[in-house]
Amino acid sequence: MSPRHSAAPPEPTTPESTTPEPTTPEQTSPQQGRDEPVLARGESRVGTLPPLPTWNPFSLWYSDGWTVTKRNLIKIKRSPDMLVFAVIQPIMFVLLFSQVYGGAIAVEGSDYTQFLMAGIFAQTVVFGATFSGAAMALDLKEGIIDRFRSLPMNASAVLIGRTNGDLVLNTISMIIMMATGLAVGWRVNTSPAEFLAGVGLLLLFGYAFSWVMALLGMSVKSPEVINNASFLILFPLTFVSNAFVPSETLPTPLRVFAEWNPVSSLVQAVRQLFGNLGTAPVPDIWTMQNPILTVLIGITVMLLVFVPLCIRKFASISSR
Amino acid sequence: MIIEAQGLTKTYQSKSGPVHALAGLDLQVPRGTVKALLGPNGAGKTTVVKMLTTLIRPDAGTAVIDGIDVVRHPKSVRRIIGVSGQYAAVDENLTGFENLEMVGRLYHLGGAAARQRAKELIDLFELTAAGNRPVKGFSGGMRRRIDLAGALVINPKVLFLDEPTTGLDPRSRIALWDVIKRLVADGTTVLLTTQYLEEADQLADDIVVIDDGRVIAGGTSDQLKAQIGGHRVVVALVDAADGAAARDILARHGSGQPSVSTDGRGAEVAVTDGPTALQNMLADLRAAQISLHDAGMRRPTLDDVFLKLTGHKADLDATDDDDASGPKLSKRAQAKRAQARAADADATDLEKVT
Repeated sequence: MSPRHSAAPPEPTTPESTTPEPTTPEQTSPQQGRDEPVLARGESRVGTLPPLPTWNPFSLWYSDGWTVTKRNLIKIKRSPDMLVFAVIQPIMFVLLFSQVYGGAIAVEGSDYTQFLMAGIFAQTVVFGATFSGAAMALDLKEGIIDRFRSLPMNASAVLIGRTNGDLVLNTISMIIMMATGLAVGWRVNTSPAEFLAGVGLLLLFGYAFSWVMALLGMSVKSPEVINNASFLILFPLTFVSNAFVPSETLPTPLRVFAEWNPVSSLVQAVRQLFGNLGTAPVPDIWTMQNPILTVLIGITVMLLVFVPLCIRKFASISSR
Repeated sequence: MIIEAQGLTKTYQSKSGPVHALAGLDLQVPRGTVKALLGPNGAGKTTVVKMLTTLIRPDAGTAVIDGIDVVRHPKSVRRIIGVSGQYAAVDENLTGFENLEMVGRLYHLGGAAARQRAKELIDLFELTAAGNRPVKGFSGGMRRRIDLAGALVINPKVLFLDEPTTGLDPRSRIALWDVIKRLVADGTTVLLTTQYLEEADQLADDIVVIDDGRVIAGGTSDQLKAQIGGHRVVVALVDAADGAAARDILARHGSGQPSVSTDGRGAEVAVTDGPTALQNMLADLRAAQISLHDAGMRRPTLDDVFLKLTGHKADLDATDDDDASGPKLSKRAQAKRAQARAADADATDLEKVT
């Protein structure tokens, strides 16, 4: 079949595509293609131009976003190293912290494993967001961003697809971690609804943070830089928090940072929703007293600020 | 004119001051023709393509494609163009088929049409056997073919090919030329950038030579060649003492003054009728009992064009200001440059054989 004619009518029906295209003799010949010139000389191209999409903006946006999401899901499937990293790292952290530090770190009103798990969950979703940063930097370097930007697709689709990919990866990590946690004695002491709310909060926070990292990924000169840059952000954010030790034990400047650190609120909220708080008193700080609300505000602010920034940045970047 | 650009200007700031990637470049491409932008690295070729394909905005100047302003209506322009860049922009983890299907969906062809088109292109580019393997395992030439196929998912009104064969080995290059020639045979408008005069000659109706972000010459390949003197005859002497006599013989049959290499053993001259001139020169050299190591004909290269047009050699070592992120020379650009030189040498070797 002649390619000049075959690209034309897209699925959504347009006035043009309802009338069948005139068939030419070349078109009906099944052997045509290989040995013939790729495109026969003088073929009319007027009727084959892509009609303007008549999809509504929402379905276009949805379709573009899903198309790029699928690309990233295939990537997860085909690069086992990524999956292994996402699976092994959380298992390692659960085992390391609970078995190695568990005996040494005493937590008031709770056993360390119960205390630790929310911290590990939060750390993992935050670390998971770095995939978005690294992947954006890599796509930019390899010129795929140029390809996407030269297509009439929605400007946000690449970013949506990217952050969705992280969400899937984080969900997989979360399941593995919970299984590992249960194996070393961690228990959820609340209702299924509260449990699901906790999981939702973790994933949503990770998703919002993916946009922050995506912006970083588009702003650095090379994919190598992003890894170093991420760690400069991620380590203070996750370790200077209540994730692994109670924040009261920290020296004052670090304690203040930890108490206002959004990761601490996330950890606190998850402990509350999973029933892992124990009997320790909650610090008398608004963010710690209202952790769920704090996290929801944090997620909203991250999305409101970074989604538009990312889309604007994406519209101006080009490889090399 | 399907492409009409006027006064395109782009300046990047660098530590050593502003770098003018484009300094008021004008370009017209008539519908249904193939135009080559010929120039060395850093001349501004890629910047032109990026502007016309809506990837970067000009600081000044206008560009219109098929009546649509690229700055004001980028999305409408993207619906009618196809782009294939110098780095095959394909997803390594996807198969060839999946890459093309994705592009089709993002052109909003819809799932079924996108899949059908992907399949056709895979067959057309003779990638049927490899089409369902991840691109990761493809050779350089295969990647380029997938990338080129990506540019053809819709039937673009204008096809942009940014250095389509840079970095390919001579065989893959000739194979890709063949594919492009078949594509343009039906009258698709193509804007092609290249560093190889040979490539422009093979593919384009019309050539624009650019240097330092400006057009310095233009015309058909024959017009340009007439301007720079067509073929070169090159001889290598056994004995440098024969230099003067050999130069006289070359001057007699060539057009213009022969140039002599620094060791006095090599001499080169532009000729109008290559084969005849070569025969006559060889006969005269033999009659004068001058023995040769080597003798042959070569086509003019970009270096010759530049030497003639600007009085300086194509400065392949110039700062690469094609780089949108700044003029700093990346490792990749250096590698590309080395490849470009090697490929030029290859092209010259091929000429000698024919």
